[in-house]
Amino acid sequence: MGSKMHEMSLAEGVLQVIEDSARSQSFSRVKTVWLEVGELAGVEVEAIRFCFDAVAKGTLADGARLEIVATEGRGQCLSCGKTVAIRLRYDPCPLCGGYPVEPVGGLEMRVKELEVE
Amino acid sequence: MCVTCGCSEGETRIEGEAHTHSYSQVHAHEHDSLLHGHAHAHSHASRMVQVEQDILAKNNQYATANRNYFAGHGIFVLNLVSSPGSGKTSLLTRTIERFKDKARIAVIEGDQQTSLDADRIRATGVSAIQVNTGKGCHLDAHMVGHAMEKLGLRDDSLLLIENVGNLVCPAAFDLGEAHKVAILSVTEGEDKPLKYPDMFAAAEVMLLNKVDLLPYLSFNVPLCIEYARRINPHIRVILISAVSDEGMGEWQEWLDEGMKQASAKKTNEVETLKRRVAELEAALAAKD
Repeated sequence: MGSKMHEMSLAEGVLQVIEDSARSQSFSRVKTVWLEVGELAGVEVEAIRFCFDAVAKGTLADGARLEIVATEGRGQCLSCGKTVAIRLRYDPCPLCGGYPVEPVGGLEMRVKELEVE
Repeated sequence: MCVTCGCSEGETRIEGEAHTHSYSQVHAHEHDSLLHGHAHAHSHASRMVQVEQDILAKNNQYATANRNYFAGHGIFVLNLVSSPGSGKTSLLTRTIERFKDKARIAVIEGDQQTSLDADRIRATGVSAIQVNTGKGCHLDAHMVGHAMEKLGLRDDSLLLIENVGNLVCPAAFDLGEAHKVAILSVTEGEDKPLKYPDMFAAAEVMLLNKVDLLPYLSFNVPLCIEYARRINPHIRVILISAVSDEGMGEWQEWLDEGMKQASAKKTNEVETLKRRVAELEAALAAKD
């Protein structure tokens, strides 16, 4: 339940970004939203879809299509110094088994682009 | 949702009052400019808009504003995070009882519902504001900003923000605090730092609470600390109990040091500004 509500706040964040952008870019309807979500961002993609549909009801993004672009999780191992691909934020280094692996990529939660009219 | 400051309608309550905005000039203007832009577009054809905006950008803006305010007034601010039932409020009231004669303290209490915690804090004689997040699972920087207005914070004081009991969401929402402090009690599992790593990665200090109960439990303290350091090698761990007062001295020293630093930083900034004013005045006098 906690997790679902977390995504609800993030979905509201997405809508805020869209509403701000509607003001500066002068549009009144959003058809598609491209959302960049990093593998290490701790976001449940299905939950954010569900929540976005709910918060967008009655707004300029009502019924908008949500396209989620996943970005790869990358970290730098502080034991062996190599940059490695990681799927979970606190996994050990796949090369040397050491800790910690400092996340350096795949932490994004960003509204990338909108298709508007 | 209010487009001026992003308030969700009717959910957040500060001391029982819903936070509302009048439909002001700002809104009217926005609607004008929207229509205006539309008229110039000439058609309904869709187009692409590059946004590249972080979802938490709005919260981060409010957090930066809060942080600047705290820095300008020498206020040391902590964001206390934990699971429900970790003994956060008891630890807080005990800290206040021991510390209130030495420091000016204020508290912001976050819970989904009720003002029970703020009532407990106010019983110690310090000012407290209750924020009810309604459906929300965490405090955000905007709610804290409004609570700050109501609290009337004093310079060189300590502000303790007790976040909603939840080890997941509060990790992502910066409130403008100096540090997050994670509270874990020995009646929970020692593997919590591994299960909820984001929170322990974000925290400066882990208070391992209720250590007076250790003789009755099989909680492995060194293992818990090892797990926490696996996530965050620099985390400071204080073993503490609000009942036996173990660790209270170390915790108080840490608080004291933080307050001194916040206050000294403010004084330095004021001195620097005064020097600049003096230099500019001298330069101006030379021109006359």
